[in-house]
Amino acid sequence: MADDEIILSELSDDELVLQMHDDLYDGLKEEIEEGTNILLERGWTPYDVLTKALVAGMKIVGDDFRDGILFVPEVLLSANAMKAGMFILKPLLAETGAPRMGKMVIGTVKGDIHDIGKNLVAMMMEGAGFEVLDLGINNSVDKYLEALEKEQPDILGMSALLTTTMPYMKVVIDTMKEKGMREDYIVLVGGAPLNEEFGRAIGADAYCRDAAVAVETAKTFVARKHNQLNG
Amino acid sequence: MALAPAAPDDDTLTQTGLAPARRGRVLLIACGALAHEILAVKAANGWDHLDLQCLPANLHLWPEKITDAVEAAVRERRDAYDSVFVVYADCGTGGLLQAKCAELGVEMVEGPHCYSFFEGNAAFAAISETEFTAFYLTDFLVRQFDAFVWKPMGLDRHPELRDMLFGNYDKLVYQAQTRDPALEAKARDCAARLGLAYEYRFTGYGDLVPALQRAAAR
Repeated sequence: MADDEIILSELSDDELVLQMHDDLYDGLKEEIEEGTNILLERGWTPYDVLTKALVAGMKIVGDDFRDGILFVPEVLLSANAMKAGMFILKPLLAETGAPRMGKMVIGTVKGDIHDIGKNLVAMMMEGAGFEVLDLGINNSVDKYLEALEKEQPDILGMSALLTTTMPYMKVVIDTMKEKGMREDYIVLVGGAPLNEEFGRAIGADAYCRDAAVAVETAKTFVARKHNQLNG
Repeated sequence: MALAPAAPDDDTLTQTGLAPARRGRVLLIACGALAHEILAVKAANGWDHLDLQCLPANLHLWPEKITDAVEAAVRERRDAYDSVFVVYADCGTGGLLQAKCAELGVEMVEGPHCYSFFEGNAAFAAISETEFTAFYLTDFLVRQFDAFVWKPMGLDRHPELRDMLFGNYDKLVYQAQTRDPALEAKARDCAARLGLAYEYRFTGYGDLVPALQRAAAR
C-alpha cells in the first residue's frame, strides 16, 4: 500500500463526499461503491448519498465534458462508477420513499444504434429522482407510442446521433399530434447533430444539449405542468 | 490507383490540412480526409483549373466546429478565385453547413457524409434501413484508424470500454476507394480489434466524381 493512499473510511463526511467527487471524476468504480457503503453505514439517507455524493460529482463531470475538458471515454468511466453506486442505492431509494420528480420514457430513434448520450441522460434523470423507462435503441413510432400509452410518463425523450435519423423525431411527434396525444407529454430531444432550431422546427418542447440540461429542462417543464394542473 | 503525389501525409491532413497552391480559378475547400481522393480524380481528369485547400480532417472529432471553419475559409479565399466549391457533405452539422453554404452562395457535396457519397447517396439511402448496425471506414480512416477511432474513443487506455462503444454494431464495412491489399488487411485487423465482423466493399469514388465534375464545369 502506498504511503499516500487515502483510506476512505478515515475521512470525515465532508471529506469523503469531496473524495467521491474526485473518484467519480476519475471513474473509480470500486472506490465509489466503497464510499457509498460508508456513507450509508454512517446513517446517511440513500437520497442524500445519491444527490450529494453521486449526482453532484457527476455534474462536475458533465460540466467538464460540456467545456471540452473531458471526453467521451472519461465520461463513460465516470458513468460506470456512478452506475455502480446507484446499483447499491436503487433498492434502498424505493424503500425509503425518496422524492419522485416524474416519469420519463426515453429511447434512440429508428435506424440509430447510438446510445451513449441517451444512457447518460437516463442515468442522470434517475439520479435526479425521475422514474425512467429506457426503450433502448432503434425505436419505431409504434414502440414509442405503445410505451407512452402503457407507462403514461410525463416526458418523452428522443435521441439521435445521425443527421439521417434525426428527422424521425418529427415522424413520432407528428403521429402524436395526429392521435391527439401530443399535448399530454413533454417532448425533449437531444443528440450531437441537433440544435435548438431543429427542436423547435419538429415541434419538440425543448432541445437539450447535454444530460445536465436535460435534467434541468425536465424539472422546469414538469413543475410547470404540475402548476397548470393545480391552477 | 496510386495516391496522387501532391497529397501530404495523412498525419498532416489530419492535424493541419493542406494549403491551396494558389493556382487555378476554382477553389475546392475540402475535408483533409478527402485530399488523396480529390487529387486522384483531379489528376485523372486533367482538371488543372481546380485548386485544393483542405481543412484538418480531425475537425470531424468536433463536428460542431466544421461550419465555422468552412465559413472562415470561404470568406478568406473567395476573392482570389472565380468560384469556391465546398467538398464536405453534411458531416454531422445537422444541416448547419448546408444553410451556411447557401448563405455564402457556394455549392457543397450532397449527402449526409462521405460513407454515403462514396457508396453513392441513392445506394446508401437504400441500404441504410437494414445496415444501420454497420461501422464504416474509408481508405483514409483505415490508415488513420488509431487517430480517429482507437485513441479518441479511449480504447488505447481503456480497452474495457469497447463493448460500451461498439456493442450495438455488428460489422465493420471497409468502403475501399482504391484496391490495396495492405489496406484491406489493416481494415480486417481494425474489425477484429473492435470485435466486429468484417466486410469489404469496393466503392471507388462514388458520387464524389459527379460532385467534382460540377465544380470543374464552372
